[in-house]
Amino acid sequence: MDFLNFLQQLINGLSLGSVYALIAIGYTMVYGIIKLINFAHGDIYMVGAFIGFYSVTLLKLSFIPTLILAMAGSAVLGVIIEKVAYKPLRNSPRITLLITAIGISLLLENGFRFIFGPNPKPFPEVLPAKIIYLGPIRIGLIQIIMFTVSMVLVLALQFIVYKTKVGKAMRAASFDTETAQLMGINTNNTISFTFALGSALAGAAGVLVGIAYPRIDPYMGIMPGLKAFVAAVLGGIGVIPGALAGGLMMGTLETFTKAYISTKLSDAIAFSILIIVLIIRPAGLLGKKTNEKV
Amino acid sequence: MGGIKKGLNKKSIITALILILVYIILYYMIKTRVINPYKSQILIIIGINIILAASLNLILGFTGQLTLGHAGFMSIGGYTAAMMTLKFHLPFAAALLAGGLFAALISYLFGLPILRLKGDYLAISTLGFGEIIRVIIVNLDFIGGPRGLAGIPKKTTFTWVYVITVLTVIIIYNLIKSTYGRAMISVREDEIASEAMGINTTKYKIIAFVIGGFFAGIAGGLYAHLIMFLDPKTFGFLKSMDILIYVVFGGMGSISGSILSASILTYLPEVLRSFSDLRMIIYSILIIVLMLFRPEGLMGSKELSLNTFRKLSNTGSLKRGGKK
Repeated sequence: MDFLNFLQQLINGLSLGSVYALIAIGYTMVYGIIKLINFAHGDIYMVGAFIGFYSVTLLKLSFIPTLILAMAGSAVLGVIIEKVAYKPLRNSPRITLLITAIGISLLLENGFRFIFGPNPKPFPEVLPAKIIYLGPIRIGLIQIIMFTVSMVLVLALQFIVYKTKVGKAMRAASFDTETAQLMGINTNNTISFTFALGSALAGAAGVLVGIAYPRIDPYMGIMPGLKAFVAAVLGGIGVIPGALAGGLMMGTLETFTKAYISTKLSDAIAFSILIIVLIIRPAGLLGKKTNEKV
Repeated sequence: MGGIKKGLNKKSIITALILILVYIILYYMIKTRVINPYKSQILIIIGINIILAASLNLILGFTGQLTLGHAGFMSIGGYTAAMMTLKFHLPFAAALLAGGLFAALISYLFGLPILRLKGDYLAISTLGFGEIIRVIIVNLDFIGGPRGLAGIPKKTTFTWVYVITVLTVIIIYNLIKSTYGRAMISVREDEIASEAMGINTTKYKIIAFVIGGFFAGIAGGLYAHLIMFLDPKTFGFLKSMDILIYVVFGGMGSISGSILSASILTYLPEVLRSFSDLRMIIYSILIIVLMLFRPEGLMGSKELSLNTFRKLSNTGSLKRGGKK
């Protein structure tokens, strides 16, 4: 029984973690290329959920078109934010960029609150709330879809980053932006593309979470955003597989602490583990230690 | 304190006179209700925010350590001071001091292992620290837990806040001008180089962290005895962000910039209150626009002082260099 419970929690944790991973990858890609902690990323996830909500309620779309629309909408938003708010500050101190990102985050939260009201909206049922029994273990169909969609998207991303020309440009730009520019890579377009990809993944995560925990509100992005960021750092910020591992770890850790230790303390434990990991491995689990230049 | 010069020179006497004059004017304006109670409350909150901004500026602007958990220290100080007056009936000054010292102790214990981390890793750990403090407070029942701590007597007055704000600014300003301050600035400029020059970088980072934590704790105590109620939700991530925005907006490494921006950014949302729902939208757009057009903050790393005014009046019509 204990072991079964353990498996059950593991499954819950992995499906939650896959969503964290989707958001964390966006953080990590943006960080890798312009060294910005994009605090507005959690809010792009919120926007994705809202786009999903309205494409289901107003446009009466089914799951896959909703997902695609939310991803496209989030990607466009991500690129606009990058062009308007981050691009002019490319040569400024990084902290300025950080404050601008916080400003964007506040703007999205309060703008959406102003337009759509502060109350949570129930997300309509897009997928049947079926439960599959694997022996004594219960798995929600939504959980399976959450995990599968996330993994498919991560694999697609991996393909884009490692097998295509634009992916090569992204890797080059994140390795050394100036040199990449000298080699004839249009770094501005590459950075925009990175934002588009990251934001699309966050938008997808927003729709998935909207379906799984059927309510959305303008502030829903803050906590998952923070946790996904922690996940990205945990895995070693700037490393895509690290973000995936970190996200899955955060998800399972959270469900396990909720199940076995304390519901109320779960956030504190997650952050404590982060601090301990960082003290032992200051560059994150999969991060490379960089030598400082003098 | 290394930086306080022996004997008073002319400049500090003038500064002291101006400060006393400002105090007397403000005090009588509050007493005669020229400044109504609502506005005097805002004035007090501005003072508290100046303490917070100046203390974070010491860590971030002068020592160059990005921390995102400053509200955590504020809440430690606030809760400690409130408990001191509620349970032990200590006088207000002692309660404030206890709050500040406890916040300083926690920042020492936390800073010791964590300040080895650099840049964004330090930022995320301090962010985590702030969240941990908040969750712990929510789970401690004897200080009210999620319901918050109510029934704190109102002891924070304009005089208290004014005196403590002035003291904080003077202490931090003198600290920066001392050898300690120069060591801290060298850590900000280049950690490796300053280490090579024989500066114990960890020591100075921790000193900045502890002093910053101390003053944040004092500010928390003042806040607790002003609002008379402590809600753990107040001290979340967003509060830390607010303080961070004061510092960057005013200019990192400029104490007068922190004073200016904490005043403007505390007052601004109150002015915008007539726009009700649009208030926070306007606030966030203003932050973005100002960052885009003045990335170094209002003051950059310059200080506003008597000399600035003297220079301005001397140069008269001469303007600063135009755009290139």
